[in-house]
Amino acid sequence: MLRTRFRRLAAATAVAVVGLGALAACGDGGDDEATSGPVKLRFLSLAWQKESLQANKDLVAKWNAEHPDIQVEYVQGDWNSIHDQLVTSFEGGDAPDIVHYEASAIGEFSKQGYLADLSDLISDDLKGQIDQGVWDTVTFDDKVAGVPFLLESQVVIANKKLLDAAGIAVPPADGGWTWDEFQANAQKLTKPGQYGVAWALKSPTNRVLNLALNFDGKFFYTDGGRTEVRIGDAEKEVPKRIHDMIYTTKSASPEALGMSGADTLPGFFGGKYAMLPGSVSLRQQMVEQAPEGFEWVTLPPVKGLSTKQAANPQTLSIAEDSKHKKQAAQFLEYFLNPTNMAALAKGDWLVPTGKQANEELVKLTGGKQGWDVAADSAADLTVAPFQMADGYPEWKTKYATPALQQYFANKITLDQLATQLVDGGKQVLR
Amino acid sequence: MFGKTSRVGRTLQYLALAGYLIFLGFPLVWLLSTAFKPPRELVQLHPSLIPTNPTTQNFVQAFTEQELGRAALNSLQVSLASAVLTVLVAMPASYALARFRSKLGTAALGWVLLSQLFPFVLLIIPIFLILRQVGLANTHAGLVLIYVVWALPFALWMLQGFVRNIPRELEEAASVDGATRLQVLRRVVFPLLAPGIVATALFSFISAWNEFFFALVLVKTPELATLPVALARFVGIEGTARLGPLAAGSLLATLPSLIFFAFMQRRLSSGSLAGAVKG
Repeated sequence: MLRTRFRRLAAATAVAVVGLGALAACGDGGDDEATSGPVKLRFLSLAWQKESLQANKDLVAKWNAEHPDIQVEYVQGDWNSIHDQLVTSFEGGDAPDIVHYEASAIGEFSKQGYLADLSDLISDDLKGQIDQGVWDTVTFDDKVAGVPFLLESQVVIANKKLLDAAGIAVPPADGGWTWDEFQANAQKLTKPGQYGVAWALKSPTNRVLNLALNFDGKFFYTDGGRTEVRIGDAEKEVPKRIHDMIYTTKSASPEALGMSGADTLPGFFGGKYAMLPGSVSLRQQMVEQAPEGFEWVTLPPVKGLSTKQAANPQTLSIAEDSKHKKQAAQFLEYFLNPTNMAALAKGDWLVPTGKQANEELVKLTGGKQGWDVAADSAADLTVAPFQMADGYPEWKTKYATPALQQYFANKITLDQLATQLVDGGKQVLR
Repeated sequence: MFGKTSRVGRTLQYLALAGYLIFLGFPLVWLLSTAFKPPRELVQLHPSLIPTNPTTQNFVQAFTEQELGRAALNSLQVSLASAVLTVLVAMPASYALARFRSKLGTAALGWVLLSQLFPFVLLIIPIFLILRQVGLANTHAGLVLIYVVWALPFALWMLQGFVRNIPRELEEAASVDGATRLQVLRRVVFPLLAPGIVATALFSFISAWNEFFFALVLVKTPELATLPVALARFVGIEGTARLGPLAAGSLLATLPSLIFFAFMQRRLSSGSLAGAVKG
């Protein structure tokens, strides 16, 4: 019996040794550059929605078919681990040639010299398609670290039947409500068992800082090369209004505070919440997951002094270590031409940065399913001071998010919130 | 009186056990339910455990979009090779550590423990550079090598407990009967070590099967990606996820571990106890 067991073990061992030998043969055995044949580019993409994934893969396949001398390998990444993956790839000298990421994150890599300056690599045509305010979000120390191509604006998704029942008219795409109107309508939509609004504030910092631009709230101020956090009336306006909706007028659900945007959907579809302030990409969930017969509308961004919001576009960058920067830039020009950019934006339910792409997208969709509102919101997106501040990610994680969560949970006052945010800034800003 | 108390106690014990089982099993049952739900049923205000309109579409999407089948095969190869190699290296090493006690052995065990203190984020770049130099970056063999090295410290500690649990007298008796050292090992020690070997193999297999970060960083070619890396692609920005395909993929990812445990459960539990008592 024992002998049999031992033989089995020995056999398994032998199989493993042979197996490892076979495994060693798996893989490309390193990353040797091909000395002849077509140029090979690795493109690390973060597309994850079904349609977007398909659009990305289709465009790469089309490029490869049309350009036998420049072949692009599509590599799938994921948003949660992309930062660690890129840090190790850059440090290890094995970065993909083309990297998909977002404006707020690539500044750090650009300053460390890992991303190529695209100023001279991309055409004037592509440059001219995108607003300067959006280019500013990817420009660090006068170097363009990536091409911004998809924008995410904050709109309001509403239950049409509940709006009709409350006698509230849907505003046109280019004429959204003011904050006062929004708050008053939320009040009208509130009744027993129903809240006017669900503010999903699980990660409140980005949302508050984005919307703060409505009232010209900058949070980060730079004087003489030194950046600090300052909280004045402009910065306090948005958090105060949200807080009021939860605790004073009680038109916003307190239970949504710990939720992410997607978590509020069951309550929204169930008629518990009438309006969801959120990203334009929420529309995809509406199309895919709304119960049959459920009518929803996309309301334009809410207006304070302006409808300005912070733009944190998704970007495509070229690694400084890439041996084929020109070919990579050629691919970017193709990948982001107006038609393709519109297809990519449609796949992700986001707003294309290119003006022509935006027009094509509205034409393609007939402006339905909120595409008219989404397209119109692009003009209000611009760079915000926090996006340029070194130390912002640390300030956000260590100080701003906990402080805002405490404030929205009614545990601290608005002044205490301001003190905590300023003190946090002193700790991390250089 | 004592009998009644005992019965009540026993009932409470079973109730507690049942509660614990439900606590452990519910996420798996929910995962199963989610895997078969169409998108609309995933966002119901009052969700049901049993899907109203069950669908296999989530499985189709999981397999077609991210090639989970190939990723699962990659994971299986890597995990099996890691498990067997870990056992292979750990067996003689743990025997030596348990039987030949010396200052060097104690120091070696101390070092093994100490090595566990280094966070792998610190090590990942040097590891990547070394693997690249020896031509093992972006290969499954490189990944297996890392997994074996990573699992070895714990495997050594575990196995040497099992070795110590084998009475030395058995080896001495075999020697008196004329067995050579190698025969003693082959015919006496290793067979008695079977539960420990199974436990170690299971530990190594599951560690490798679930491992994400090394697989993400060390393997670049899409065709070589392992299952955890492929599954992560269903998760989007700020924790949003495509729950249906993710649940379907995750359900499939848990199956090998469940099957392994189902087959090895008895040996594993007896083995763990045997190792724990004297180790």
